[in-house]
Amino acid sequence: MTLWLVLIPLIASLIVFFIRNEQAKRIALLFSCLELILGVYLVAQFDPLKKLQFETNFSWIASAGINFHLGIDGIGILPVILTVLLVPFIILSAFETKYEKPNVFYGLILLMQASLVGVFTAQGAFAYYLFWEGALIPVYFLAAIWGGENRIRVTFKFFIYTVFGSLLMLIALVYMYMQTPGSHSDELQAFYALGLSKNTQYIIFIGLFIAFAIKMPVFPFHTWQPDTYTISPTPATMLLSGIMLKMGIYSVIRWLLPVTPTAVWDNSTIVMTLAIIGLIYGAIIAIQQKDIKRLLAYSSFSHVGLMVAGIFAFNHVGLQGAMIQMLAHGINVVGLFFVVDIIQRRTGTRNLADLGGITQSAPVLTVLFAIIMLGSVGLPLTNGFVGEFMLLIGIFKFSYLNFAVMPLAIAISVGVLAGSTLIFGAVYMLRMFQGVMFGEKTLKTAEFKDVTVSEALVLVPLAILVLVMGVAPNIFIKLSEPATKELLDFVISKINK
Amino acid sequence: MLSILLLSVFGIANLFLGFLKNRQILFVGAILFVLITFGANLVEWGNPLDFGASINKGMMATDKTSVLFTAVLLFTAFLIMPLSQNYIQDKEAQPAEYYAILLFSLVGAVMMVSYESLLMLFVGIEILSISMYVLTGANKRNNRSNEAAMKYFLQGSFATGIFLFGVALLYGSTGGFSLSKIQEYVSSTPNISPMLYLGLMFTLVGMLFKVSIAPFHFWTPDVYDGAPTLFTTFMSTIVKTAGFAALFKLLSSSFGNVYGYWQTGFITLSALTIVVGNLTAVYQQSFKRMMAYSSISHAGYLLLAVTAFNERSSSAILFYSLSYSLATVCAFGVLMLVSAKNHNEEYNSFNGLAKSNPFLALVMTIAMLSLAGIPLTSGFFGKLWIFISAFERGMYWVMVIAALMSAVGLYYYFKVIIAMYLKEPHSKETDTKIEVPTPYIIALLIGTILTVVLGLLPDTIFGLLK
Repeated sequence: MTLWLVLIPLIASLIVFFIRNEQAKRIALLFSCLELILGVYLVAQFDPLKKLQFETNFSWIASAGINFHLGIDGIGILPVILTVLLVPFIILSAFETKYEKPNVFYGLILLMQASLVGVFTAQGAFAYYLFWEGALIPVYFLAAIWGGENRIRVTFKFFIYTVFGSLLMLIALVYMYMQTPGSHSDELQAFYALGLSKNTQYIIFIGLFIAFAIKMPVFPFHTWQPDTYTISPTPATMLLSGIMLKMGIYSVIRWLLPVTPTAVWDNSTIVMTLAIIGLIYGAIIAIQQKDIKRLLAYSSFSHVGLMVAGIFAFNHVGLQGAMIQMLAHGINVVGLFFVVDIIQRRTGTRNLADLGGITQSAPVLTVLFAIIMLGSVGLPLTNGFVGEFMLLIGIFKFSYLNFAVMPLAIAISVGVLAGSTLIFGAVYMLRMFQGVMFGEKTLKTAEFKDVTVSEALVLVPLAILVLVMGVAPNIFIKLSEPATKELLDFVISKINK
Repeated sequence: MLSILLLSVFGIANLFLGFLKNRQILFVGAILFVLITFGANLVEWGNPLDFGASINKGMMATDKTSVLFTAVLLFTAFLIMPLSQNYIQDKEAQPAEYYAILLFSLVGAVMMVSYESLLMLFVGIEILSISMYVLTGANKRNNRSNEAAMKYFLQGSFATGIFLFGVALLYGSTGGFSLSKIQEYVSSTPNISPMLYLGLMFTLVGMLFKVSIAPFHFWTPDVYDGAPTLFTTFMSTIVKTAGFAALFKLLSSSFGNVYGYWQTGFITLSALTIVVGNLTAVYQQSFKRMMAYSSISHAGYLLLAVTAFNERSSSAILFYSLSYSLATVCAFGVLMLVSAKNHNEEYNSFNGLAKSNPFLALVMTIAMLSLAGIPLTSGFFGKLWIFISAFERGMYWVMVIAALMSAVGLYYYFKVIIAMYLKEPHSKETDTKIEVPTPYIIALLIGTILTVVLGLLPDTIFGLLK
């Protein structure tokens, strides 16, 4: 079954490549909805208490014991939901903008979706790596061909940067593959079963962590991110921040924690420090931004910091919080970037100084924007609150437990500093909202039309999702809870050995 | 064996076909000859035709490995032949001679993958090299082509001299030319004479020169750049594949017992080659020259597979040379078309190609991705296999260097992709569509499709040598 989840967008992209007119987008939307239906069906069938489900497993490179193994379990289900859910909205959001060569544009989005689903469902290292790189190529071309100013330089930096990380990851994966007993296997479970020595774990940890840290990105590997997010066409930015960023977080949970538990444990303080530096640094820069797309780019960077800190807190609340926040952040960020896109399309600017007073002529947009924005800030009853709250509990627990190992002042400040994200987030988000929506009308916002039907079709469901996830987060938590618990117990048992 | 006979006969036949007025027959004939030989070679899989010891005298042997390498060589030649179409129209060119020389050079290449005696190896190398010297200077009215041929000839002869000197020393210390005799000596003599080590060193240096391993690579850029692109393609694929197959055969069948002697040197040389090739390629303005340096770096990766020296090595070399050859043929094929129109081999002659010729741009992109080792192309599994076999040997630090240098490689391969997709063409004149002749389309399509198919199902090749 999982194979179809990869094949539908893949086949769709090939079909769309050959439709050389505006119809391409409708076909693309149709297929992504088909994918969504299959996704919903699988989620309905999904049993959180069982392990891997809907498996596809066949021999791929028999001479090296490598299988093509896909499947969904509690760790992968939320990112898969995120991917199948967001792509129809991303495609729909591009409807009002005219892109040159729509067949290639939408084909690449679908190709990207196929790779992303592949990353989240792959159970073998080499298939995983294949999809991991497969996700990069389409988004590189999306950003490089349809991007804005300086696109060649910016996207090239992004590409080289991430491939550099991937190559380190490849070495680590090959290294682990060589450690597996017998005629070798690249199965995830075989990697979990390895009892690696401390030194080996450190080497693998460095390779994998740098790759994931670049992808997310974690401070100080983030320098590609703001420019790339800003210059990319909005659908590509949505893919990058909404889904691709989660590849890094998901991979930390799935491929890093259980394989190198001791190295992760030993380095958790360092990683947490980097994450918190990034969180605060991103937030402070976001407050200074005049360009609202860039502001969102930095806010995304800041949010990632919190998620990483939650994972490295080594407790169940933090880990589960990261899973939920992955989903919530994806939904929010896609909504926010879409609002920015709408504003830019109508006014031709993203500069805060040129905007204002939109609320007077666009009440519907104001309400929808407000809901999604508040979700991103983390107001109670929105999806952002659930995730951030759980993450912060996790981080507090971590600092509480580490009283013994680190000075009291540091331990407390970790929690407090991480908590500051709520305040910072409110500051830059509200500042943006205020600057864009309230105040006097400017020349450019004088004649601002409210949302059209196709825009509402994107924003209304997203806003509803923000509220539903905020009121009833258990629907999603239950899907992944048994799996995260099991994973964490496994990791902790491995450390103690 | 059959392929050597056929190629020799066909080479002569081709010379006679040159008397015909109709050059199209020549063109089709040459392609057909290669295809027939390719088929005949596959027949030898499992039932080799070696004519018995009384005729063969232990000079050559056909086994599964040699059949596979011969198949790669002939298949590459089959892909290159259609790209020679412009010589048919060119009144100045002498296609009959070119095709005959190409077929003869293939005889040398096949000898290099199936020799059993150092003499045969020497003869094979010479047949291949002399053909290449001639073809490098094929464009006789072009100074650079002449210069390249002269350079190649002088340095190549020098290297052959060193190689032959090494062979003489090996003969002196072991008393035989045959691989089995040398193997017997190396494995059974308690005190191996220093003369053997010296001879081995000279032999290897001679061979490393032919496959352009740093620091013996200085001839490569000038020769590749100066030679007509068709023959550059031939040189950078066929010569390299045959050279590495010969090198690995020599070491694996005779010098496995003195692995410790040559291992350290080889590790250093491969690291050096990868670094030098990649870093120098970054600074090139000409696409063709970049490809020359990139071919040096690929030689470094192949040498890594040789150095790893385990049961995976030979399938790693086979797969890597196949995927490298496919991508190189595609890249040079596109270059030939583009440079024929723009009279320029620099990166910027590719500007805006995606708009005027999406097909050529796609072929080039896949070739570049494969050379860079990006997944979903065969180049990825080529690199992966080399990494895996090197890991089995525990060569960790070289692996890290090799992987990081692949990231550098991305930089210059992507410069072409960026030029094609993201830059605007210079002028109206360069914006016109290039007419792609049908033989080109067929060759490029086969090359591209195989690159992708092998990138998805590498086991079709890996499984063969299991």
